[in-house]
Amino acid sequence: MSPDTSLTTATPGAALGRPAASRPDELGLWGFTRAQLGALAVLIVFLVVAPFWLYPVFLMKLLCFALFASAFNLLIGYVGLLSFGHAAYFGMGGYLAGHAAKVWGLPPELSILTGAAVAGGLGAVFGWLAIRRSGIYFAMITLALAQMVYFFCVQAPFTGGEDGIQQIPRGTLLGFIGLQDDMAMYWFVAAIFLAGFLLIHRIVHSPFGQVIKAIRENEPRTTSLGYRTDDYKLVTFILSATLAGVAGGTKSLVFGIATLTDVHWAMSGEVVLMTLVGGLGTVFGPLVGAAVIVTMQNYLAEMGAWVTVIQGAIFVACVLAFRRGIVGEIGNLLRVKL
Amino acid sequence: MDEIFGIPAPLLFGQLLLGLINGAFYAMLSLGLAVIFGLLNIVNLAHGALFMMGAFVAWMLLNYAGLGYWWAMLLSPVIVGLFGMALEKLFISRLYKLDHLYGLLLTFGLALVIEGVFRNYYGSSGLPYRIPDQLQGAWDLGFMFMPVYRGWVVIAALIFCLTTWLVIEKTRLGAYLRAATENAPLVQAFGVNVPRMVTLTYGGGVALAALAGVLAAPIYSVNPQMGTNLIIVVFAVVVIGGMGSILGAVLTGFTLGVVEGLTKVFWPEASATVIFVIMAIVLLARPAGLFGRA
Repeated sequence: MSPDTSLTTATPGAALGRPAASRPDELGLWGFTRAQLGALAVLIVFLVVAPFWLYPVFLMKLLCFALFASAFNLLIGYVGLLSFGHAAYFGMGGYLAGHAAKVWGLPPELSILTGAAVAGGLGAVFGWLAIRRSGIYFAMITLALAQMVYFFCVQAPFTGGEDGIQQIPRGTLLGFIGLQDDMAMYWFVAAIFLAGFLLIHRIVHSPFGQVIKAIRENEPRTTSLGYRTDDYKLVTFILSATLAGVAGGTKSLVFGIATLTDVHWAMSGEVVLMTLVGGLGTVFGPLVGAAVIVTMQNYLAEMGAWVTVIQGAIFVACVLAFRRGIVGEIGNLLRVKL
Repeated sequence: MDEIFGIPAPLLFGQLLLGLINGAFYAMLSLGLAVIFGLLNIVNLAHGALFMMGAFVAWMLLNYAGLGYWWAMLLSPVIVGLFGMALEKLFISRLYKLDHLYGLLLTFGLALVIEGVFRNYYGSSGLPYRIPDQLQGAWDLGFMFMPVYRGWVVIAALIFCLTTWLVIEKTRLGAYLRAATENAPLVQAFGVNVPRMVTLTYGGGVALAALAGVLAAPIYSVNPQMGTNLIIVVFAVVVIGGMGSILGAVLTGFTLGVVEGLTKVFWPEASATVIFVIMAIVLLARPAGLFGRA
């Protein structure tokens, strides 16, 4: 990453109700604004300090979902496409990583890459189908295709049906770092998360990212400028699916289990909720949203079905009164872009 | 007539009938979705939850108020329809000026709340609902025994769909509705109270879903998940049919139900996914859907 590729984001976020916050201080290191650099510093400090006062497995779960939500946000926040079936890529990434680690005996880094590759391939096929329609049809098509994946996973022999793939070994990273210890696994997960997060940021602030944002703002106009918008949408879809697969694969190694929960439509809904709560189209929003939702689920776990009710109520409240999300609201208050 | 294509005839016809029944629910639900979408421009993700609510209200009327199936058929759509209108007034109406995706997210949230509340009070195991006495028994059709209730579901669904079509195509109210779907501000300028019509339309679409729920109550067990599992298939049906035409939605619903039933006979493993595969093929060949306008 060289500083000279950083570009200003002058596009006011008109779509999906985001504030236009373009100020001259947008030119910063690696395309981060000053405020974003501050937030990034806080994030890195948190990543380093957190495992010493919070339960590492909880943190790893949080980071997996934060990466998942960031990958999802790449699609809705920057191209304006609402995929309602991202659980398919997350879950398939998890299944394949688990299968690779347990049955093929691959090391963790290759297992996760296997999961990511399969999720990306699936994303390529589904994206190719779904981008034929836009708006709500796109959402319905991705939801239906994801449900197809769910039924496939119920029946396919390698997924273990209702039992899922259990006792997935964490293995030995690069052949010499054992990941049985939660702290070792934590640093591995934190590194994956940070790499994925920075990659997404890099994509958004590349010339490619400028074009996808242009598609979000005005697709016919982008077409008229000579961009093949379908190609851009498809590539973004594949990137998003692949990163969701990375998140799913990492999660299945952390917990040693890959189940139908991760491919179920409720998971697709959860990632939408995380991104919405944090702030659509903000770089740090999905992280905050994932933290809020995962923490909430952790504390409310014993309340059973009420968790669904509360999640639904948060959905309604966010859509009606809180469309910018937490990070979007903070950014708006401080008049910075986060 | 014992075997057709090497399949025992009773099995084949039995699955065909099941397919027709599923098709009846697909048709009624996709019809309601299409009507709501036409005027409100939102995809009602709460449709499945309200279908489930229709079945639950029928169960409650029977168990708490002693009102049987026929009363439920009358009252459940009214109750759920009024509930739907309240939802529209309180929540959905605030989003018409925004991106349509927000409507989808909002109704998804409402669906989660409704489903969660019912699961909390009634568990997820499912409650039985008895077939009414008048519809007990079976007809001997010569080649198979047809349970009376199942025949009733198919016929009733056809009648409800046809009535909806007649109301929309042949009445003054339907004409207003079609006009407002084309150009709401202009219709409002002619003195029609469009916001009220929008509320009534949402209530009507929801009542249709509740009616389907009452029909479904004796066939499936009444449980909080009955709607969600169905509604995702209905979305695929809607994508296949396109939301442009009402008769198209009905026809697509019934046809896909039958196709699914036949798949159960010839290739059982694929029966859960066949509609989604058809959706993919339709997207390749006719992205706007079979009856859709691009």
